[in-house]
Amino acid sequence: MSAAPGHPADEVLLAFARAVRAAGVAVTADRERTWLEAAAAVGVGDQARTYWAGRAAMCASPADLERFDQVYAAWFGLQRASTSRSRPAAPTVATAALEPATGEGHGEQDTEVVQARASSTEVLRHRDVATLSSAERAHLAALFAALRPRAPRRPAHRHTPSRRGLVDARRTLRGQLRRMGEPGPIEWRHRGTRARRVVLLVDVSGSMSAYADALLRLGHAYAATGLPVEVFTLGTRLTRVTRALCQRDPERALVACGGTVPDWAGGTRLAEGIRAFLDRWGRRGMARGAVVVLFSDGWERGSPEALGEQMRRLRALAHRVVWVNPHRGKPGYQPVQQGIVAALPHVDDFVAGHSMAAFEELVEVVGRA
Amino acid sequence: MEPREAFATADELARRLGDTGYLADDALATVAWLALRLERPLLLEGEPGTGKTALAESVALALDVPLIRLQCYEGIDATQALYDWDFPRQILHLRAVEAVADGPGRDVSAVEDELFDQRFLLARPVLRALRESPAVLLVDEVDRADDEFEAFLLEVLSTWQVTIPELGTVTAATPPVVVLTSNRTRELHDALKRRCLYHWIEHPGMRRELEIVRTRIPQVSESLAAQVVSAVQRLRSDHDLIKPPGVAETLDWTRALQELGATDLDLETAAVSLGVAVKYREDAERVRAALDRVLSR
Repeated sequence: MSAAPGHPADEVLLAFARAVRAAGVAVTADRERTWLEAAAAVGVGDQARTYWAGRAAMCASPADLERFDQVYAAWFGLQRASTSRSRPAAPTVATAALEPATGEGHGEQDTEVVQARASSTEVLRHRDVATLSSAERAHLAALFAALRPRAPRRPAHRHTPSRRGLVDARRTLRGQLRRMGEPGPIEWRHRGTRARRVVLLVDVSGSMSAYADALLRLGHAYAATGLPVEVFTLGTRLTRVTRALCQRDPERALVACGGTVPDWAGGTRLAEGIRAFLDRWGRRGMARGAVVVLFSDGWERGSPEALGEQMRRLRALAHRVVWVNPHRGKPGYQPVQQGIVAALPHVDDFVAGHSMAAFEELVEVVGRA
Repeated sequence: MEPREAFATADELARRLGDTGYLADDALATVAWLALRLERPLLLEGEPGTGKTALAESVALALDVPLIRLQCYEGIDATQALYDWDFPRQILHLRAVEAVADGPGRDVSAVEDELFDQRFLLARPVLRALRESPAVLLVDEVDRADDEFEAFLLEVLSTWQVTIPELGTVTAATPPVVVLTSNRTRELHDALKRRCLYHWIEHPGMRRELEIVRTRIPQVSESLAAQVVSAVQRLRSDHDLIKPPGVAETLDWTRALQELGATDLDLETAAVSLGVAVKYREDAERVRAALDRVLSR
């Protein structure tokens, strides 16, 4: 890579780093410096080594590597086909409206005034969210802010001072040491608790589209607490939306989420989605000892046996598996869909998720898990 | 010699690693050499069994310096990574002083100073690496540790020093070579990543893997090695496996077949020894069902 006429090598290298940054890799000033140092160390004449030096200095995750390769190819006009990681094409991003079109539900229009709002809150809490008008939805959104999700707890690794529990020999001896060997009161210690991770898997396929908005708001209520929470959407593919939902403002979080998820209101491949989750995240530690909450109606396009198998794997990793089915709250519901039938043996809690009251109950179930 | 100056070029490092039995490709050699040259920690990520830990061992061998390993786990803290005081021995010392002292003549502060002496200090891996440097410090599976531990690690990795309140500051004369490995169970903090050179280790290709098997197990016959490697490569290309076998599994499988006295990887020997390479029941069933396809040449 010879410097372009009139440009010193440093300038070309630095401009390249900027281009990598523009492509979405977090190249900070100190990484730029590392890159210049590294390039100088290997010598700019050595094309292959400069490439590897740049990769090591500027990238920080497999996602970065791909972007880096693209910029490298464009910048220096070289193809490094042999080194690019083989993986499916990057998901095409499609934006979709989070709210179903106005007019769904009871056919009420936006303009209709919701009267006596304060007293209607109680009624709203028990209404099925799929049947709400837009105005009611807006009001319900405010109710989500009042939801206070708790994380389930697990025993901590470390011991902390306490008034009861086990004898803390070290602290006792340390006290004795301070008094030059004079015996004193016995100190105690116990194991505290830490927050367990909560993983929410939200089905955003067509059959669940009326609930997607409310469920993602619930996901935001969890993500915004700062607890260890991960949120994924399931449709025809699996998308991680934790980052998008971590913003404080629910509306902006939901818009960001809409920009991330490519498969709103499509088909469902639950088994595939759960499998992808387990392979890419769950088995590596995210699902281990976590409380996994799956929001879905159980309409599965694939075979129910496959779903049962994936649910068994999920159950084997997770501390507790909670299945939330919006239809469960409806009178006369029977879990007869093949997907549900196959999955139920591997589910710890099977709860409703169609109204605010049901969400409150769910938060309680998760908090106690 | 200082690690920084030990190898003039990346090729030389690759050659020396080869001598110790680690075949690094161009990319890995370059990045590892840069880590030595720029005195930066090296963050290695990749599927389990691609030789992340083995690289640190080989670098230590090639440099002829000790390898100090810190295995991370959930809840690890400074007393397990840095240093701790040996309380029982301190108490014992105190009792001994009490027993031999003639009356209350001794100075209290002198006795206290004795208590926080080097000999009661239990040096844990990070402190040992700083003291014994040049050394290779391997921080294994850093993604298992907590966020707080990462912050602590960051502090050590940027200043190469540790302060023990009772003794003073320990600074490394030459920064140790630091290799961090991660399986990506958790996203590491950006601040830590920024300090490091990053490299993603891929599964090796057919030719390289064959070379690795031949180097690591020299007594294996050419044909058996080739058969095992091609079978493993085929298993890996089947994307439906829960856990595709890594290089470590290839080596294990080859060794196992040798112990069984097999000269050829045929259906029968493959079926009985499959458990060495494939470690999930679901995977084993899949592979058994298609074993002839996996073994076909």
